Amino acid sequence: MTDAQPEPRQESQPVPQRWTDRRWRVVVISLVPVLLLAALLGFGLGRNPRATPQAQLIGKPAPDFALKDMHTGKTVHLSDFRGHPVVLNFWASWCVDCSVEHPNLVGAWQRFGNEGTVFLSVLYQDTPAGAAGFCSKGVVCEWPDLYDPGGRTALNYGVTGVPETVFITPDGRIAAKQISVASYPLIERRIHQMAGERA
Amino acid sequence: MASVIGTFALFLALAVAAYGAVASFVGARSRNALMVESARTTAWSLTALVLIANVTMLVAILANDFSLRYVAENSSRETPTFFKVLALWSADQGSLLLWNLVLSGYLLAVAIRFRRRRPETFPWALGVMYVVSAFYLLLVTVATHPFGTLARAPRDGRGPLPLLQNHPLMAAHPPMLYLGFIGMTVPFAFGMAALFTGRLSDQWIRITRRWTMFAWVCLTAGLFLGSLWSYSVLGWGGYWAWDPVENIALLPWLASTAFLHSVMVQERRGMLKVWNLSLIVATFGLTVFGTFLTRGSILSSVHSFAQSAVGPMYLAFLLIVLCAGFGLIAARSKQLAGESHIDRLVSREGVFLGNNILLAALTFTVLIGTVFPLLNEALTGTKVSVGGPYFDRTAAPVMLLLLFLMGIGPLLPWRVGSARYLLQRLKWPVWAGALTIAGMVVTGVRHWAAVAAFGLAAFVGVATIVEMARGVRAQRRAFGGGVARSAFGAVSRNRRLYGGLVAHLGLVIVIVAITWSSTYASQKEVTLARGASTSFAGYELKYTGAAVRPEPQRTVFVATLQIIKDGRTVGVLIPSLNFYPSSQDPIGTPSISKGTPFNGFHDLYASLQTLAKKGTSATFRMFSNPGVMWLWVGGAVIVLGGIIALWPVRRRPPGAVPDVATTASEEPDRVEAEVTA
Repeated sequence: MTDAQPEPRQESQPVPQRWTDRRWRVVVISLVPVLLLAALLGFGLGRNPRATPQAQLIGKPAPDFALKDMHTGKTVHLSDFRGHPVVLNFWASWCVDCSVEHPNLVGAWQRFGNEGTVFLSVLYQDTPAGAAGFCSKGVVCEWPDLYDPGGRTALNYGVTGVPETVFITPDGRIAAKQISVASYPLIERRIHQMAGERA
Repeated sequence: MASVIGTFALFLALAVAAYGAVASFVGARSRNALMVESARTTAWSLTALVLIANVTMLVAILANDFSLRYVAENSSRETPTFFKVLALWSADQGSLLLWNLVLSGYLLAVAIRFRRRRPETFPWALGVMYVVSAFYLLLVTVATHPFGTLARAPRDGRGPLPLLQNHPLMAAHPPMLYLGFIGMTVPFAFGMAALFTGRLSDQWIRITRRWTMFAWVCLTAGLFLGSLWSYSVLGWGGYWAWDPVENIALLPWLASTAFLHSVMVQERRGMLKVWNLSLIVATFGLTVFGTFLTRGSILSSVHSFAQSAVGPMYLAFLLIVLCAGFGLIAARSKQLAGESHIDRLVSREGVFLGNNILLAALTFTVLIGTVFPLLNEALTGTKVSVGGPYFDRTAAPVMLLLLFLMGIGPLLPWRVGSARYLLQRLKWPVWAGALTIAGMVVTGVRHWAAVAAFGLAAFVGVATIVEMARGVRAQRRAFGGGVARSAFGAVSRNRRLYGGLVAHLGLVIVIVAITWSSTYASQKEVTLARGASTSFAGYELKYTGAAVRPEPQRTVFVATLQIIKDGRTVGVLIPSLNFYPSSQDPIGTPSISKGTPFNGFHDLYASLQTLAKKGTSATFRMFSNPGVMWLWVGGAVIVLGGIIALWPVRRRPPGAVPDVATTASEEPDRVEAEVTA
């Protein structure tokens, strides 16, 4: 190489620092872009990039369906339950949050099932064998559990994952939709709201 | 049980890291050697604790302990053992465990490396690394709970995301990237230490040169493995989509590549001090930014993990890193004045400067394109997406300019270059480039971008090879011996230079592959009845039937396409659709017939879109990708170049023959001598 040997340089000794005005100014100016970037990212944190316009569904007539109940083998239509509030739960046996949510649904079913509220479950991206496995270990699976081959019903209800719960008024409109685990108080409140609307 | 052990180990590790940080800084400030030593040895316990947490998770996954939420969501009984191991990093929380393991591993390596020779900056750098480690431990203890349990353990787990249990490359791509990203912590820590202590010579660069190089090699390998994974798994026929998460892995690579080049200017000429510190802060900042974007649920992308509450913590950490880094640089700006100036623009340092300006511009372009959707939404409230065309249009010209500088840079001397000198040494490269262009034009090629890229590639390739040959000739003149021995001798005397040249050659191959495959690729979507065939890219493809292959964790439908050329069957493509119980949408596995020299390195690629009942007909997407395989050959050559530059230099006994082709600045031994002095 044509390179010349570099001169060895001395390690510069630490110099005592004085924070003059000018130095502060340099520091502040250098940080402006950083703060602008931070503001932008902070804005980004406030939003959900996967948010889908769920609001469009609310108040609309609930899409009807004809699905087979895996317990009885009978076909169940949503329109069969006109006049009753319906709690429509989408779930899967592989879904961890669904097993967390299940006792809440059972509690609500025991409390409101006899008062006319209808509970329906729709299996999402799962096999009937998987569902049977879920219900085999002494878990309460009393209300109709519907099989939705092809996921058409889930698509109609804009389901993006499980668990999701749709609350349908007695006159067949979508009152509310819960994405992720529905707590017992939430289910209770929604059922009361739907009952209030009827009155 | 696993939950208790894992959680306890992580909390203990957090406490240990906090202690390490405090002990390092207090010890450094009060010059208390005992305290610094205590901080140094703490790295052992930190690594051990993080290792325990990782092993605990791994054992829980292998033992099907579905009482752990992470195991239930990311593994299942039927998942093959190999993919169970990978489940450790196939979701957010597990990958953070691995992240912590790699980080503490680097910390331990630094603690061991500097056990005897300790530069003044060492305790400060150690402290910075402990702070970074504490932050990432905070994420897995306070913000997320990788060892969270379920009240009722499910019978079986969901299994990893189907896409992530589809290809063995998942074993190599994420860990490699992590080694690259996290490795940048080391030069960052020493750079910050230099700023803390005011020891602002190039010492911090020399100390960390090989650490940076190692991280860069891993990052490079990780990026190329990622593109190979994308090509072999996703079935869309391409390897790079300018997806936000691809971009944010590319950003630290661009910044660190600029850094690897610009530090040489500081080592030789004492210039660009502010720039080098800024680059390393930017590189490290970009790795934090990258993890923030993937995990902080900011942008939507194939890679983004599930929503988690870590976003604000990442943002705070990023803010601290950038404010501390750039703030300190600004505060020290007076001491960071350059020791010399650029004498001539046509010189090695002039080209390095150009290279850095272009790389910085490229980094900025990619960064803007990546955050633009966010920016636009913040300012106008509408959602937009920035796609491939923006990046292709903006990045390609910059890449070509970079390629040109890459060709002439190594040929120029430091300080004193001249246009005439350059032209003299560029005789062969210019001929090669001109002949390539002329040849392409004469044979009727009218893709001007491709003509320019290939011509430039020939120019740079020949320039690089001539430069290598020159070194070998000089070595041979000085010491005699055969060509092979001289080549070996030349390389081992100046690994940094030849490693760089090899890496340049690799990049030339990569650029050729990208231009070749993107200019001449074609695709076709076609539905074929069983027994029917279609002609595509000079071949006839015949659908001969489908078969079902049940596997424990999935059901695989395989369709067979015969590749027929001139009436002879020359190969077969077997794309498949895989059905996983946890997902209704099948995951396709494309099939690739790799190119050979006999068909002009022409990849035939097919993915199965849909399959009619009993396989009576099938819809395929076919891609013809000429030359694409050279992308990974080039990637491997770049990595090889990095490894050559990284390889330790053997200590020579004192009084040995001085080098003909080596410069003192490239000797790590000398660094250590300086450090101990």
